[in-house]
Amino acid sequence: MTDLLRQAWTVARKDLLLEFRTRTALVSALVFTALVLTVFNFGRDPTAVATIDLAPTILWVTFTFAAMLALNRAFQLELENQALEGLLVSPLSRTSLYWGKLLANLVFVALVEAVGLPLFVLFFDVPVGRVLLPLVGVIALATIGFVAVGTLFSALVIRTRFAELLLVVLLLPFLVPPLIGAVQVTARLLGGRPLSEAAGWFRLLAAYDIGFVALATLLFPFTVDE
Amino acid sequence: MSLAQTGRRITLLGLVLLAGVYVRALAFTPLERFQGPAQKIFYLHVPAAWSAMLAMGLVGLCSILYLIVKDARFDRFAAASAEVGTTFSLVMLTTGPIWAKPIWGTWWTWDARLTLTLFLFFLFIGYLLLRGAVVEPGLRARYSAVLGICGLVLLPFIHLSVYLFRTLHPQPIVLKPSAPSLPGSMLVTLLVSFAVFTLLYVGFVTQRYALGLLREAQGKEHA
Repeated sequence: MTDLLRQAWTVARKDLLLEFRTRTALVSALVFTALVLTVFNFGRDPTAVATIDLAPTILWVTFTFAAMLALNRAFQLELENQALEGLLVSPLSRTSLYWGKLLANLVFVALVEAVGLPLFVLFFDVPVGRVLLPLVGVIALATIGFVAVGTLFSALVIRTRFAELLLVVLLLPFLVPPLIGAVQVTARLLGGRPLSEAAGWFRLLAAYDIGFVALATLLFPFTVDE
Repeated sequence: MSLAQTGRRITLLGLVLLAGVYVRALAFTPLERFQGPAQKIFYLHVPAAWSAMLAMGLVGLCSILYLIVKDARFDRFAAASAEVGTTFSLVMLTTGPIWAKPIWGTWWTWDARLTLTLFLFFLFIGYLLLRGAVVEPGLRARYSAVLGICGLVLLPFIHLSVYLFRTLHPQPIVLKPSAPSLPGSMLVTLLVSFAVFTLLYVGFVTQRYALGLLREAQGKEHA
């Protein structure tokens, strides 16, 4: 188990190192997030719809789009110079390869969200101070769920035609349960409702995470083996 | 008799029996008291939904079996089932709103079951798109099996989350029709229709499976 995690960390570190050296994808994703938030501001009539009513929607649509942008790059960068073949022949278990990719994606998306959340608060003047901890919790739970499926699918589509477009079409249905849960919890948190009211949603998000991380770990070898 | 011929005969029998279902539903089954003639569409809508669900279930099952035993027959069957399932879910998605407009007063509502079936349709489309995007047969079979299994696991989650979404937010008008205990004659019509749609599913899938075999033999399977 520790071996597995150490190997996974090696893969994740490699990906993140590559990312921080160039920063192209990360900067694009951050700018994209800021732009989507801006577009949302002008995409509503501020006199007709109160910000607080629309806030959960804005937050989660922005995060899902940004995450989808991030997921495309996970295996794309392994295509150059047959880097994926290199990874596959290295003494690395498939499980740790998947977990490593998942971890790198999670760090990537978490960074985007860490910048996106303050921007969201700034642009829309949403008071999150009181509920920051549970809000971060629900963001983490929802993100793990869809990044787990997204990482699996990004391995699935790299060798297909129209990979970027296909990933979005395949992945969006899988974002629906975490998205619904996240929006519902966020709305309750921002509306000042007691945390216990959202307990059912937290359970659903956790069940989704456990279910799909396990399933993706099981299925991942079938997407890379020759 | 070749597989394609068998498929054609089963389909033909199914279509003749479907005409019988129409006749029985329209002429020999009583009108529902509250919904009137609109309720007749149930005899098509519900069995079509059943066939679409059956198709998805078998896509998932064949995907699991394919990954275990790596037998191309399971992949071919899953492909056939997904294509037929798309058609049945399209029938379900078109007959549904036709009934919903006069009875619920709206073409569409985000009720748990409706959302579930819509995503069933999206999953079928995604599955077929993925199959179309991979050229190498072995790779295509493995990729689509992975997606098929994920799709099967996703559906209960969607149902649960949309169900929770609705029950926590009760609607001012209860859109869900109460489950009526069907009078015998209606039940018989419905059950006969279920059997006919299952037969049609078998007929279509058999034909599509035979077509898949032919295309593979010619080395140009694209679907």
